[in-house]
Amino acid sequence: MKQFWSSMLKSPSGVIGLIILLLAVGIALFGPMLFPNSPWRMVQRPFLPPFTLSTVPLGTDALGRDVFAGMIFGARVSLLVGLVSTLVALVVGIPIGAMAGYFGGRVDDALMRFTEFFQTIPSFALAIVLVAILQPSIYSIVASIALVSWPPVARLVRGEVLSLRTREYVQAAIVTGQSNSWIILREILPNALSPVIVLASLMVATAILLESSLSFLGLGDPNLISWGYMVGAGRTVIRQAWWITVFPGVAILISVLGLNLIGEGLNDALNPRLSREGR
Amino acid sequence: MPKRVLLGLLLACGLAAPALAQEPKTGGVINAVIQPEPPGLMLALVQNGPTQMVSGNIFEGLLRYSPKLEPQPELAESWSVSADAKTYTFKLRKGVTWHDGKPFTAADVLFSIEMLKQTHARARTNLAQVDKVEAPDDYTVVFTLKQPFGPFLGIFEVGSMPMVPKHLYEGTDWKTNPYNNAPVGTGPFMFKEWQKGSFIRLVKNPNYYEKGKPYLDEIYWQIIPDAAARSVAYETGKVDVLPGGSVENFDVPRLSKLKDTCVTGAGWEFFSPLAWLWLNNRQGPLADKRVRQAVMYAIDRDFAKDVIWNGLGKVATGPSASTIKYYTDDVKKYPYDPAKAKALLKEAGYKGEKIRLLPLAYGETWQRWGEAVKQNLQDVGMNIETIATDVAGGNQKIGDWDYDIAFTYLYQYGDPALGVGRNYISSNIAKGQVFNNVEGYSNPEIDKLFADGAVATPDSKRKEIYEKAQKILVEDVPVAWMLELQFPTITRCKVKNLITTAIGVNDGFKDAWLDK
Repeated sequence: MKQFWSSMLKSPSGVIGLIILLLAVGIALFGPMLFPNSPWRMVQRPFLPPFTLSTVPLGTDALGRDVFAGMIFGARVSLLVGLVSTLVALVVGIPIGAMAGYFGGRVDDALMRFTEFFQTIPSFALAIVLVAILQPSIYSIVASIALVSWPPVARLVRGEVLSLRTREYVQAAIVTGQSNSWIILREILPNALSPVIVLASLMVATAILLESSLSFLGLGDPNLISWGYMVGAGRTVIRQAWWITVFPGVAILISVLGLNLIGEGLNDALNPRLSREGR
Repeated sequence: MPKRVLLGLLLACGLAAPALAQEPKTGGVINAVIQPEPPGLMLALVQNGPTQMVSGNIFEGLLRYSPKLEPQPELAESWSVSADAKTYTFKLRKGVTWHDGKPFTAADVLFSIEMLKQTHARARTNLAQVDKVEAPDDYTVVFTLKQPFGPFLGIFEVGSMPMVPKHLYEGTDWKTNPYNNAPVGTGPFMFKEWQKGSFIRLVKNPNYYEKGKPYLDEIYWQIIPDAAARSVAYETGKVDVLPGGSVENFDVPRLSKLKDTCVTGAGWEFFSPLAWLWLNNRQGPLADKRVRQAVMYAIDRDFAKDVIWNGLGKVATGPSASTIKYYTDDVKKYPYDPAKAKALLKEAGYKGEKIRLLPLAYGETWQRWGEAVKQNLQDVGMNIETIATDVAGGNQKIGDWDYDIAFTYLYQYGDPALGVGRNYISSNIAKGQVFNNVEGYSNPEIDKLFADGAVATPDSKRKEIYEKAQKILVEDVPVAWMLELQFPTITRCKVKNLITTAIGVNDGFKDAWLDK
């Protein structure tokens, strides 16, 4: 673990990514306490440009709502959707991949055909259809993002398990009569986790983008403010008021970038062959 | 805008003020946007908004309506009503010809009425009280009603009852008649050509019965499918007239600020779209009158008007728009007063039960409005959950009474008997349909007032009945009235006199002229 942190902190991209993520999480957790104004409340005259009033530093939108408050509260929704939908995708994808890789044969065939069924449909199109059918709400959005993002997890885990399964320590465990679930959970999965963790960090970024795209198209939860919603709502007035779209857009950019940097750092730290110095 | 409204009003009342009156100039071509492309131009068969807008300048009705909805002569020169209010006699204008040169006579009127009864749903309803129509001579038409029907003089507008040429339609299959594609009317402009997806071209009727009119030589109705492209077409000078609703609301302020641009909200008085929130009177907290009143106090309707509708429109005072007959503002007032709303909620014992809000899925403006209303209601302590839906899904939910609060707007058609009563009388509660009494308000007194009002005579009696009905309704708040909507018409200021009637651009080119 110590070695992991030291190599993680040696990679500059990992450090920058971590700082960005910590900042974003901090804003999401504590921001609403520091700035208790609801982002939906109309506080000032509409279309107030940024940096004119200290109470609304980033200006106001078409209804006179505080863009800064929207950014703070939007961080919460964006990160929450990103993290939860990734967790759900992992919870679905890891067991399916592990079973397919471990048992092989017909189980593998059946599970992989099932996975391919989801992979053949363009994920964003599927997400739009799902949210439209289920009616937009935070639950349907998380569910549909998770549903379109678990197949890569399953395939990755399956590949790892396939290769680990032939290792001698696994063979030994089988010979000693360990149960299948014990072998999968205690022997194989811990060793297959590092690529999954890297993938997961990138999936969080993708999920944030997906949620933003859905909200941009008007398929966000109408009761929650999110960055994508702000961009979508401000898009039509971009010629009069650039700040309504630009600030949340930058927020999406930075947080997705940060997560990608973390993914890169994790990859360096968790993959010993690549992280060796002098490569 | 006020100047143009004033101008329109003065001209309509025949009080042309010397300072404003200019001698109209003849000649010129106008490019106007028509959005969306109409499905057809035969007004007796198709009544979509864009069809009415184009064809209202080709066809004519017996009457025209001033912005105050007073009937004015068009194809009918004069009219008289019998003492028992059951016989209406119209004297037709002489010397009127169809665009193909044949004279217009009472036979055309009789034929049009027969045809419209089969092809025009609203005309059929409007004519339901008519017992018989006769033509004692070529220039007289007599309507005999089954019983007195107060709003009768309000049903002769061109879109409601266009006159159709008998000699071209009698005995033919109306739906496949070749003249549907090249309509022949009596109006100031004649149909010339229609390049599908591109433009519709109308040219001046040289034999128009009002000498000197129309002033313009040609009208090009440009068809531009994309909203942003329509705004750009105006900015670059490709078009001079943007009728109400043809550009997005948020583009209106920007376009209004352009040089030589005039904006007006006038020209919708006949339709008088009134926006309100359906409140489900049957169940939940909103079944309590005090909660419904709290909704009225809690919503900042001036904000909605100034910010969401860019200052156009008017805060509604009750079930009637101020432009329609027998309107009174002598009713209970509901100013923006959150404190009072809170007090009423407390008195009603509201304890934060969840209330579902259905915005109208008609785009940007309505979505923003839904958000603002939600915030207003939350500010007084109501627990509002917005339900996202599309137009069809929203209609279904409202029709199935599966909502608590829902946005809508409806046309009023000039008379409470035609456009207002239908939303409040209990005989109009029909599950599965929208645009009736979906709020489930049921009050025998209101039922009786609207039933009496439709057939009462004389006018002063109707006025009394409808004013009473308005007072009761505003006290009961069956729905929460928001705004009288105005759809701004944007024109170059050189386009003069375009909007002088209650239907605006729909029959406005008769009087319009270009100040070159």
